[in-house]
Amino acid sequence: MTVMTGSSAMRLLRPLVTLAGLVAVWAALARWGHVPPYMLPGPDAVARAVWTQRAQLAPAALTTLEETLLGLALGIGAGSALAIGMAVWAPLRRWVMPMVLLSQAVPVFALAPLLVLWFGFGMASKVVMAVLVIFFPVTSALGDGLRQTEPGWMDLARTMGATRWRVLVHVRLPAAMPSFASGVRMATAIAPIGAVVGEWVGASSGLGFLMQTANTRFQTDLMFAALAVLAAMTVLLWWGVDRLLARALYWQPRHVDVD
Amino acid sequence: MPAPPAIQLEGVGLDFGAAPLFRNLDLCIGAGIMTVLLGASGVGKTSLLRMLGGLVAPDYGRVAAADGQSLAGRVAWMGQQDLLLPWATVMDNVMLGARLRGDRVDRGRAGHLLDCVGLSSHVADLPATLSGGMRQRVALARVLYEDRPVVLMDEPFSALDSVTRARMQDLAGRMLAGRTVVLITHDPLEACRLADRMLLMSGHPARLDAMDVPAGAVPRAVDDPGVLAAQSMLLRRMLQ
Repeated sequence: MTVMTGSSAMRLLRPLVTLAGLVAVWAALARWGHVPPYMLPGPDAVARAVWTQRAQLAPAALTTLEETLLGLALGIGAGSALAIGMAVWAPLRRWVMPMVLLSQAVPVFALAPLLVLWFGFGMASKVVMAVLVIFFPVTSALGDGLRQTEPGWMDLARTMGATRWRVLVHVRLPAAMPSFASGVRMATAIAPIGAVVGEWVGASSGLGFLMQTANTRFQTDLMFAALAVLAAMTVLLWWGVDRLLARALYWQPRHVDVD
Repeated sequence: MPAPPAIQLEGVGLDFGAAPLFRNLDLCIGAGIMTVLLGASGVGKTSLLRMLGGLVAPDYGRVAAADGQSLAGRVAWMGQQDLLLPWATVMDNVMLGARLRGDRVDRGRAGHLLDCVGLSSHVADLPATLSGGMRQRVALARVLYEDRPVVLMDEPFSALDSVTRARMQDLAGRMLAGRTVVLITHDPLEACRLADRMLLMSGHPARLDAMDVPAGAVPRAVDDPGVLAAQSMLLRRMLQ
């Protein structure tokens, strides 16, 4: 049974309540858990660090955000192009799909040092990293969507004397959009991870770089502050993308909770 | 609309997996009339219709228009589902064929056809906002927009409630008059209301038997005594 649950205010409030609960547990652990502050700083200390270190955190977050957005744009573009190519031209699918699958067997994080070696300490290696982690979800989501076009629509299009490309543009691609959207949502959630892992291995700025240096200097509160900023950034980015996709898929039923 | 052709099936055979659906089937589908194909599920009605529409080629024999020209481009299709595109407005769904061929779309004509099926106030709506009956009327308008001399319909009203179905039968009977129509149904009443010619399909491989058609012009009234008598006779025959 599907039911609409609560107003939009409740929808916003619920995750905040959950978050507050988790922060309370964290605060209790830091305060009464006999954990030294250099291992687990309390939420108050982290909040203080976010404020006092804002001059370091802001540019670092901006760098990571840039890498993430560039990675998303390129990864979604390349992933979509490959999925469409494989859908319209079967030989491409037969020849390339095994390689795409194989590439997923290689842990992308193990490639990070190589990428830094090839693309340098700058932004390029992190963007490539982000592209690599999101490429597969996007390609496979759009590819699945394109392959599962309602057979009745294809029959209808054939009797109408449709051309291949027009069927792709007017029927198959729009029909694949919900599937594509879930690929993009997933990509949005994991792209920042790609960028940050790239920064860990070798970088001169970014949240991952900041975490790394804070860690070696035992500035655990700064490390947690960077983590908090990264989490907030990812959530905001995901929320923005989700809203954008919901608007683009105006014809889809609204999200409902399923009991 | 160009003159509707008769369609000739000569020695047609079609296999479904290893089982033969048709063997040596000869049939002439009359020009400009409504031919109704009745039969139990799985007997091969849809496969026959798909062959007529060029969606599957027969394994043996041939399917051709009696006027010697190709059937391609002369057939419009209406399926069991309305097959409306959920992201396109009612108007855009009606004009889908033109879009898919790259023809100029004719909004005036699409609007007129939607008016004919009683949906002039819904042109800008999305299919999800319409009832099942309204959606099938959009599908009918889409068929009419194609303006093809041959119309193939695969149980187009089977998902509708009986009142809506009766209304759709009236509408389709009137709007499709003069075309070569093949309608598949498993509903004896629908067959008796709409058929100029009625064929009962049964057996493996399938055999076609011509049935008696009640008097009067299509669409016949639901309470016409001739229709009701023919319906019960047909049902009895199908139960055998």
